[in-house]
Amino acid sequence: MMDFLTTLFDMLGSASFWVATLRVATPLILGTLGVLICERAGVLNLGIEGIMVAGAFTGWLAVFNGADLWTGVLVAGLVGGAFGLLHAVLTVWLTVSQHVAGLGVTLLATSLSAFAYRVSFPQVSTPPTIEAFAPLESLADLPLIGPVLAGQTSLTLLAIALVPAIAYLLYRTPMGLALRMVGENPAAAEGQGVDVIAVRTGAVIAGSMLMGLAGAFLTLSAFNAFFFNMINGRGWICVALVVFASWRPGKALLGAVLFAAFDAAQLRLQQAGGVLPYQIYLMLPYLLSILALIVMARRAAYPQALMKPYRKGER
Amino acid sequence: MRLESRTEYSRRAMLFAPIVAILVTLAVCALLVAWAGAPVGQTYALLFDGAFGSRFAFAETLTRATPLILTGLAAAVAFRARLFNIGAEGQLYLGALAAVAVGGMHGGSTFDLPLPLLSALMIAAGAAAGALWLLGPAWMKLKLGVDEVVTTLLLNFVALLLVSMMLDGPMKDPLAMGWPQSVALDPELEFSRLIERSRVHSGLLMAVGLAILMWLIERFTTFGFALRAVGANNRAAAFAGLPVGRTVLLCALLSGALAGLAGVGEVAGRASYVTTDMSPGYGYAGIVIAMLAGLHPLGVLLAALFVAAVQVGADSMSRVVGVPNFIADVIVATALLTMLVATLLTRYRIRWGRA
Amino acid sequence: MTESLPALRLANITKRFGKLVANDGISLELGTGEVLALLGENGAGKSTLVSILFGHYVADEGHIEVFGQPLPPGNPKAALAAGVGMVHQHFALADNLSVLDNVLLGSEPLWQPFSRRRAARARLIDTANRFGLGVNPDARVATLSVGERQRVEILKALYRGARILILDEPTAVLTPQESESLFTTLATLVTEGLSVIFISHKLDEVLRVSARVAVLRGGRLVSVRNTEHTTKTELAELMVGRSVTLPTREPRPHGDLVLSLSGVHAAHAGKTLLDDVGLMVRAGEIVGIAGVSGNGQHALADLLCGTLAADRGEVSVSGQTMRANPRDWIARRVARIPEDRHAVGVVGDLPVWENAVSERLHLPAFSRAGIVRGRTARDFTRRLVTQFDVRLSGIDVPARVLSGGNMQKLILGRALSVAGEGVTPTLIVANQPTWGLDIGAVAYVHRCLLDAAAAGAAVLVISEDLDELFAIADRIAVMFKGRLGPALPTEGCSRAAIGLAMAGSTASNTEGAPLHAA
Repeated sequence: MMDFLTTLFDMLGSASFWVATLRVATPLILGTLGVLICERAGVLNLGIEGIMVAGAFTGWLAVFNGADLWTGVLVAGLVGGAFGLLHAVLTVWLTVSQHVAGLGVTLLATSLSAFAYRVSFPQVSTPPTIEAFAPLESLADLPLIGPVLAGQTSLTLLAIALVPAIAYLLYRTPMGLALRMVGENPAAAEGQGVDVIAVRTGAVIAGSMLMGLAGAFLTLSAFNAFFFNMINGRGWICVALVVFASWRPGKALLGAVLFAAFDAAQLRLQQAGGVLPYQIYLMLPYLLSILALIVMARRAAYPQALMKPYRKGER
Repeated sequence: MRLESRTEYSRRAMLFAPIVAILVTLAVCALLVAWAGAPVGQTYALLFDGAFGSRFAFAETLTRATPLILTGLAAAVAFRARLFNIGAEGQLYLGALAAVAVGGMHGGSTFDLPLPLLSALMIAAGAAAGALWLLGPAWMKLKLGVDEVVTTLLLNFVALLLVSMMLDGPMKDPLAMGWPQSVALDPELEFSRLIERSRVHSGLLMAVGLAILMWLIERFTTFGFALRAVGANNRAAAFAGLPVGRTVLLCALLSGALAGLAGVGEVAGRASYVTTDMSPGYGYAGIVIAMLAGLHPLGVLLAALFVAAVQVGADSMSRVVGVPNFIADVIVATALLTMLVATLLTRYRIRWGRA
Repeated sequence: MTESLPALRLANITKRFGKLVANDGISLELGTGEVLALLGENGAGKSTLVSILFGHYVADEGHIEVFGQPLPPGNPKAALAAGVGMVHQHFALADNLSVLDNVLLGSEPLWQPFSRRRAARARLIDTANRFGLGVNPDARVATLSVGERQRVEILKALYRGARILILDEPTAVLTPQESESLFTTLATLVTEGLSVIFISHKLDEVLRVSARVAVLRGGRLVSVRNTEHTTKTELAELMVGRSVTLPTREPRPHGDLVLSLSGVHAAHAGKTLLDDVGLMVRAGEIVGIAGVSGNGQHALADLLCGTLAADRGEVSVSGQTMRANPRDWIARRVARIPEDRHAVGVVGDLPVWENAVSERLHLPAFSRAGIVRGRTARDFTRRLVTQFDVRLSGIDVPARVLSGGNMQKLILGRALSVAGEGVTPTLIVANQPTWGLDIGAVAYVHRCLLDAAAAGAAVLVISEDLDELFAIADRIAVMFKGRLGPALPTEGCSRAAIGLAMAGSTASNTEGAPLHAA
């Protein structure tokens, strides 16, 4: 027992553990914020898994073709936004089932990425690589958090900075109020002159852009190449994290970091040569997500109009 | 733009919806084919030829359709009760695993039983494994209000890891030279061939039979009525005294079992052992098939044939012209989206301009 | 009424939905500082007209002027900017947001990068004080009472600078006392120079608040009367256009005790829904439950439909203790009519015939060994739609295409046949049975309930419409905060006393007996 505690404290005290944690957390933060914006406006976006794939692929492809890294990020965001527009047209304009449309967007974005990858690189057997974002070593001298931040790239800082920015947007601006209102009572918003369809469409596009960025982090920062299975359920985990976060940006950050810390810890346990098959460790993130859903299920205060299509003039 | 509810309702429109959806899909995907630098007409012709052009091609399509019918039925019956089971992929793998566990371990002699009984036990075990895997999410949906889409999706990853763990451990094939595959099924338990010199197996008969059975259940039984009522309006169903919880759980068992049977069919009819890549997304394709079929069990037969044809045809086509076979996945995904829109348009009419 | 420019002018407004003409060439003026009542039955075209005015719909013909300026059609934003404010019958509020959030929405440019919340808060409090509409700006709407929510709705419009206020059936959910307070507010608004359109189908309150009354019938404006020169009878005739005499109750013998509740307590998520409820209903008797929405009537109805379990207490029908299972109630021949036809009454996507037998499908009459007896069920449905005069194009159409009245007749027919065709149910539980129906359908439903009582059924009617209860109930009890007062004979009840009890006051009725539970 003492041994275990010592190991645990050693781990929690080590900078490398927190470096790994933030790195795992970054795509989850971006993705969770993306889902959060969509759901606050009343739209479930299960397209996230595929949009992350598309963001990872297109961001990487742009850089591979000579664009600089930030252009790659922009491309990933725009591609994410384009799939968001598709999801919005289906669910907000045409009001089809948000569940099924989201799955459709995921299947489409995933298969299109794979198709485009094969068209672009018909012959390669090992994935081509790029020069990815470098860690911000200049931050190493900051007190306390310096060593942790020095192991991160600009995209991680961007993800963290987006949390207060989105919180401000949601709670302190007219746009944020309109966004929350269309997710709670769209008819009321319409009655006060807010164009529900436009706000929801904008929210889904904006949220999907963040999902695109979440994917791009993996190819432009965490790794330097694109693999078919690289998202591997991260998108679904973000959907669970939003419930865990009660649709609040601050709690979304907390949830993503907490989750990533668990993931980083299980990775260490696995590397330390645990007695259990490695698959058990790999299952943990998924089981943990389900657990988070169960824990929060009773007290979850869903946006009232989540998954409820709004058709003008229908009561 | 606004949507206006159609007051009349037309059976014909509902029959035309999938046809229009598929035509639109093929038109959209033609752009991708052109982008890949291949002649569109020839590519589609090759695709059709690869699926139906020869006895061998058609047999391959039927073989491919077998698991797709079952995962399509699994999704259709679940969606009918508005239980969004997206976990057919995981349920399929567990069904396959359970089949091998019964019929493959120790050379199939785990249970000292006569062959027909052992065969029945193998099928039942596969169905049960799939059913139980869905029971958890269904229960959580009913009792805790946890969205079943996310839980079933996440459990797909868990299921695959579980399979991988078993293939590394107790069910590892000692003769596979390090390949991650399970022990093989006792050859006597394998499904018989339906067509000489092809891979079409009697699992196809089972799938078609189950489709007809599902149709009879939905159409003519009180359970079928409860299923439809719960899916369309569960509050009204509860008010009328229908057992909502029991119906959803039964539906989950049925749906999971159908997906599990898809796994049994793949093991007993085709591969004879389990690998972690035995399904190229049959579970997810099942959702598309169910939607294309308008959730109608008999429609699933046609929709599964369409998806199977696209997949088999694309494989064959991509060997001739330089269009990656991923075009099949794109076609299937696009068909899902166009079908969603087509179905909506059978109920609503789009009015441009303001109300 | 003033001689100057009218606040609002509707010219020749026509709106069609397919074959239905919802508004047919309506021309109307609203004077500044005037309260104009818009009177009409359900389906007369009132809602359509105000929806056009507020920009939810675009008229096919005609145009609108506000203070002499043409109002661009189909744009709620333009209506707001022109000074038209709307108070919806079903409040357009977000429960999870604060009062301030609800009011502030849409009042600032959407792309403004900040929100002046402090200034807005001060202005909201200021507006509230000026019109005597006190409410806490930081309260979550979910925590407010119905009356307070209505004040927020009015404040929303006033905050946006509304000069013309449209109130859609504003008293439908209020107690008589709350309604009085609303009328006082309206008087204040008019003094401040606002113009008001007051939509209602209740004659008494129309006469009480308005200067003029515009009567709509079948989409046409049939008459505009000065309130002082008209009478209730005249308005009723104009509104209905034909002589519909609502059935009234006659003395009936009361039989054995059928429904008995004692000490019933129910709670959900830590909130008490029913608190020590006791009630007795005898065969041949109609008991009415009055109360403002949200005081436990839902829970009482659910309890008596078998969809809610009591934590404590005894619920019995004809001496048999009942379980919380609809099938138990169906088996005991309880006819159940739910409040929400669309959400609870029928499964809209399923055909009419399946809905007609849905309650009894599991019984041998309609199925054997789990197999549905389709022909028997269809034959039964055909007889049912004939007997209950359900107008439809066929029993295979989805139930959702039925009109409100026809849907209610289908539900009524299904409920009244719970004991089999031609057999009177033991007990009828009807929750808001005539909500949203036109007067012909109301008369039909009342007739059915009265006939059933005459044939020996015990009847319980839960209604927010006091007129309805006074018309058909033999005894009336008031529900307040989950407690049920004693059911007193209708003859001995005064409207004022019932109103006070609905508001939870402890005042007594004329005979000195308290109207709600101590």
